[in-house]
Amino acid sequence: METKSRDEMVHYELCDQCLVVYVTSDLDHHAVNYLRERSDRMIQAGNVKYIIFDFENVDFMDSSGIGLIMGRYKKVMFLGGKVAVTHVEDNVDRIFRISGLYQIIEKYDTPSQAVAKLY
Amino acid sequence: MKMIFESDSRNEAFARTVVAAYVTRLNPTLEELADIKTAVSEAVTNSIIHGYGGREGKIELECKITGSLVEVTVQDYGVGIVDIEQAMEPLYTTKPEWERSGMGFAFMEAFMDELEVFSEPGKGTRVVMNKQVGKPETAA
Repeated sequence: METKSRDEMVHYELCDQCLVVYVTSDLDHHAVNYLRERSDRMIQAGNVKYIIFDFENVDFMDSSGIGLIMGRYKKVMFLGGKVAVTHVEDNVDRIFRISGLYQIIEKYDTPSQAVAKLY
Repeated sequence: MKMIFESDSRNEAFARTVVAAYVTRLNPTLEELADIKTAVSEAVTNSIIHGYGGREGKIELECKITGSLVEVTVQDYGVGIVDIEQAMEPLYTTKPEWERSGMGFAFMEAFMDELEVFSEPGKGTRVVMNKQVGKPETAA
């Protein structure tokens, strides 16, 4: 089991109203508590309209992750923004499919592909 | 196997990892293992968030293996659930302000074969779920 320190859970790239959230830990309730707060500060500071969650380094996600993404979607939706997910492996993909999240978010292979499509 | 731990959110990863390690002896597929981990994580998270509402409390987790059947019980002594049927409805949540998706029980049902929820307001909640792992003919 790995318990990561907070700084190891995530890193961000912000460019032209687009925030890429590179999640690097299991996405459960524990991680979401921290990610939500930090992501929202970035969203506000960067006047963010597009959010891309990258899952390349995520082995596990539960319904808490769905709550995190839906919450961020609601924030940018009113600005005409969009949310996308990238590098989604089978485990995480099943959670997205069962939850119906693909009705509101888009899936791409890589963050740069998502950036090209979202604008 | 039985363990008792505090209602600390760090224990969500701890609990699902212990159960995953315990059921490895049945040679589960990666998908079966992910199913069980998700269900355990949902049940433990429910106890922490809803049962104890962020306050301190003990969570008991029991995992039994009978043949190729895995049974997981998660028990808390928190506030309990008044209307279990309503609580189990997909997207229903009592904590929208915490951005809970209301998918916890739906995921437990989707990823396990059977799910039973026992609860009494003021006493606590017990979730019992089981899943057949591996091909029946290779069962021990």
